[in-house]
Amino acid sequence: MFEAQKTGILLVILALAALFLYWIRKARTQEIHLRRIPGLEALDDAVGRAAEMGRPVLFATGILGLNNIAVLAAMGILRRVAQKAAEYQVGFLMPNADPIVMTTAQEIVKEAYQSAGRPDLISEASVFYLTSDQFGYAAGVDGVMLREKPGAVFLQGYFYAESLILAETAQSVGAIQIAGTTATTQLPFFVVACDYVLIGEEMLAASAVLSREPNLLGSIKAEDWAKAGIALFLLVAVVLKIFGIDLAPLLNTR
Amino acid sequence: MKRTGPFVLSVVIGLWILVAFFVKPLRGAQQTLLLWYTIVGAFALVVGLINLIQSHLRNLQRGQNVPYSLILLFGFFGTLAVGIYAFFQGNAFDPYSPLMWVYGYVLAPLQSTMFSLLAFFLASAAFRAFRIRNMEALLLLLAAVIVMLGRIPWTEHTFAGITEWIMAIPNLAAQRGIQIGVALGAIGMALRILFGLERPYLR
Repeated sequence: MFEAQKTGILLVILALAALFLYWIRKARTQEIHLRRIPGLEALDDAVGRAAEMGRPVLFATGILGLNNIAVLAAMGILRRVAQKAAEYQVGFLMPNADPIVMTTAQEIVKEAYQSAGRPDLISEASVFYLTSDQFGYAAGVDGVMLREKPGAVFLQGYFYAESLILAETAQSVGAIQIAGTTATTQLPFFVVACDYVLIGEEMLAASAVLSREPNLLGSIKAEDWAKAGIALFLLVAVVLKIFGIDLAPLLNTR
Repeated sequence: MKRTGPFVLSVVIGLWILVAFFVKPLRGAQQTLLLWYTIVGAFALVVGLINLIQSHLRNLQRGQNVPYSLILLFGFFGTLAVGIYAFFQGNAFDPYSPLMWVYGYVLAPLQSTMFSLLAFFLASAAFRAFRIRNMEALLLLLAAVIVMLGRIPWTEHTFAGITEWIMAIPNLAAQRGIQIGVALGAIGMALRILFGLERPYLR
């Protein structure tokens, strides 16, 4: 029943889970310091800028569904952006390519406006469906940007070739842009075209950093230690390989 | 119940898929769950389409962006009509059917047009990125110029070696660093969701 060749992976997952539990417990009694993430710190300012300009904010998650981890992480950022938009009484626009993401986002945005005490400012028309076609979506979002001229654009999620089309159009209408993705192929485009970028794991840590909840902060600290462990393992593996000892078979799952 | 039900469901299914990765007999159920997701997704598409049509009908009522909404509704119902007609003719996916004509002569060129815009956007983004404002921008410009020279026929011989080095060593190292971070971040987020610490999918 159990696939013995995957024992190594199981051990790694168990070790990571133990590390997470240790840091989560530690975070409840001790303050956790995380480095500043400029892209997250700029979220509130970006919405504020849109308010000053009298323009709406636009939030896009790309063409993938909620089974993508980056889109799931984007929902945490969406909550914060929608709350700030409600507080500053700014219009909110969210075109979607996936109907499940749309339905989830409608609920999150509605709740964010309710918690800010302004449920009257939001309607279901603010979070709407465009198309699941990649370039149809890009054309639709571009059209919304050119007509509504948002003051702040948040491109948070997973993107493909449409990333630069969206970012450059937002730049052309003078919007401040905060992008975030785990797609390494699209990150260079965002870095070039956007004001702030959440690079890879920064995006996945957004919920923890924004909420400052000890449990979540502890898990981020555990990730950092796991990263240090992996870096150490790679170093040891390289040194051992020089002396003819190969650790690669340990990681083989086939 | 509104919050607890979905939370318990997501934890149970998440754990099931994790265990199925290690225990082969459970993998059949994993496939079934993925199939369910596809079916739910198909129904959700109907919700999306209703939202799309409602939103454009609302535009027409309010007199906002009327030409765009008219084009969309015409395109939507026109394609639907052509599709139903072709379906009853029994040749919906025949290369010469009206539906495939719409696909080949309307949708595909529109998609190609949007994709080709990328070339112009690349040029404008590169123009901004390569302005030398600081040391990092200078390094970016130098690396980009060398890689471009290494990829064109006239200068390929001279710059091929250093281009390969830039792509395979500093570029790949940075990408792998980000990918390891993303993988760990994904595991972290998965664990947070499984432990119920983070529930981004719930209100």
